[in-house]
Amino acid sequence: MQKILIIGATSAIAEATAKLYAAQGDHLYLLARDENRLKSIVDDLKVRGAASVKSQQLDVNDQTARTKSIAQAIELMGNIDVALIAHGTLPNQELCQQEVELMQKELETNAISTLSILTLLANSMEKQKQGTIAVISSVAGDRGRQSNYVYGAAKGMVSIFLQGLRNRLVKSGVNVIDIKPGFVDTPMTADFKKGLLWAQPESIAQGIVNAINKGSEVVYLPWFWRYIMLIIKSIPEFIFKKLSL
Amino acid sequence: MKISGWGNYPVIDSQIVTPTTHAALSALIDASFQGIARGMGRSYGDSSLAPHTISMLSLNHLVSFNQKTGVIRCHAGILLADLLKVFAPQGWFLPVTPGTKFVTVGGAIASDVHGKNHHLHGSFCDHLQSFKLLLASGETVKCSKRENTELFHASCGGMGLTGIVKEATFKLKPVGSTYINEITIKTDNLAETLDLFEKSKNSTYSVAWIDCLSKGKGLGRSLLILGEHAEEGCYDIPDKSPLNIPFDIPNFILNPFTTGLFTQFYYHRILKKYSNRRNHYAPYFYPLDGIHHWNRIYGKQGFTQYQFVLPKESGLEGMNTILKRIAASNKGSFLSVLKAFGKGNKNLLSFPMEGYTLALDFKLYNGLFKLLDTLDQIVLDYGGRIYLAKDSRMSEKVFKQSYPNWEEFSRIRQKYGADKAFRSTQSERLGL
Repeated sequence: MQKILIIGATSAIAEATAKLYAAQGDHLYLLARDENRLKSIVDDLKVRGAASVKSQQLDVNDQTARTKSIAQAIELMGNIDVALIAHGTLPNQELCQQEVELMQKELETNAISTLSILTLLANSMEKQKQGTIAVISSVAGDRGRQSNYVYGAAKGMVSIFLQGLRNRLVKSGVNVIDIKPGFVDTPMTADFKKGLLWAQPESIAQGIVNAINKGSEVVYLPWFWRYIMLIIKSIPEFIFKKLSL
Repeated sequence: MKISGWGNYPVIDSQIVTPTTHAALSALIDASFQGIARGMGRSYGDSSLAPHTISMLSLNHLVSFNQKTGVIRCHAGILLADLLKVFAPQGWFLPVTPGTKFVTVGGAIASDVHGKNHHLHGSFCDHLQSFKLLLASGETVKCSKRENTELFHASCGGMGLTGIVKEATFKLKPVGSTYINEITIKTDNLAETLDLFEKSKNSTYSVAWIDCLSKGKGLGRSLLILGEHAEEGCYDIPDKSPLNIPFDIPNFILNPFTTGLFTQFYYHRILKKYSNRRNHYAPYFYPLDGIHHWNRIYGKQGFTQYQFVLPKESGLEGMNTILKRIAASNKGSFLSVLKAFGKGNKNLLSFPMEGYTLALDFKLYNGLFKLLDTLDQIVLDYGGRIYLAKDSRMSEKVFKQSYPNWEEFSRIRQKYGADKAFRSTQSERLGL
């Protein structure tokens, strides 16, 4: 039985991942902002077979609460086999171009809070000398595009931080995974028109569990996004700047 | 956003909101709310369509499960597929299941769905212990056969028009394995098929695939499939990922010639009069769930499923008349499903009544609705009715004649203010 910590547990991908661990009979510790939904998820995971499910309400942008909640999770869990960081928002790019404060807040939610949590978790997991830290970033972090570069910049910052952290923690036997989903059909993307490239949170969740079991480093989910992003990254900037992506 | 039911007809523009907590759901139902709750949109026509819709798919959690009694409590947005995934490996099965597992519990209640065991076990709502219903007033009430009974019988099969089911409690049934012992009997005509339904009424599951294109002596020839849960064996869930039809199939592919070919093949591929095999529950109950978006084979203009029931006493004669009419039209679907129903229940708009029900797909074409109007008249003449979960075109007159409890249903809706709040494209059409 593994001990799984999930931050942003009410996100569709995190919830689908939690269901897979619950079905395996693992212990779960969930943090999320929406307390009502969190409680509902806790009951659900118990019925699905989790050995135990604990939860704590947390707004990741509240620095004091963040530090306290992570410390409490570490203490109550004793040992963390898997820490999954899944919280995030999809910023409104156009509004972020108008309002500096909003842009900063989105960076806080999607990057700074994640890096803070990672710092706290890394120090603890470094000592326990095993486990996996998995973070959901995004293919959007691979290259800045006019349609969502605030989101992209935040996710890109997370990805680079993870590279460094992976490099640091490998000696301690802790694996760090950067999970880069493409388009996923979740409440966060409810307003988008869905096409062939869209995936369901359940298939992304299975990909996450597989990557954790395999000890992967950087995973694109579904797999074909690795190649789509390879092409997008290889377009020379003097051409790329003229594209409307 | 454009939405439609499973038949891809009609398509309407709708604003969809997806609440993620019951508190958020309640907050949506204010004095000005007018619309309908929607699950997977697997009803075929316009039952789940309205300019404003509430998607229940994020309110999909399990609340509790009693390992001893099999009693489950869950939110209305959970899929039957999800329940099976969790509980079938533990030896539990749905008391009643429709032909697809991709429906929500709320949808199953709203349509009071039936399955292959209707003749013995009734429809889905017959197994409900209770549910919580969000009313137009914003209040939530518990409904069961003892509490708020009139709301219970109006809401079971009430197409979401009385309020929004938030949570339901019902009993799963214990099974000996996830396999079904299946017996297939090949019949030569309708009389033999109906006779065999009567003779096999002790079989837990029975259904017939009927060849609607065959005329003359072979009218109504079928493959009658009986099933029992296998007592010996294991509990497993197939790990196959379903096929997917990624786009609408061009119109010309499906024509009377190809349909005829398929029907011939389907009927004649079974060589023996009696054959039996052991089958997993998934292909047994949900053959089409193995192909995601199978509705796309009917092309962009969509299709309708015509499902009616005729009372037992007029069954053979009525079915014969209707089958002849369909065979003559040459527009029948390649697979049509025939089933003998047991007694109906007290729910005001529930579809099943003791007798025979037939479901056929029709690709939409000019002139189809005229044919269906003629069929409606025959169904009415024989004292039958049409399944609201499949309907996209029945007239108000036909509906009101064949569902005599509609007045009582309307009275209850008015009493709770539901007539102003919960409305679908279908309810407008049917004059509810």
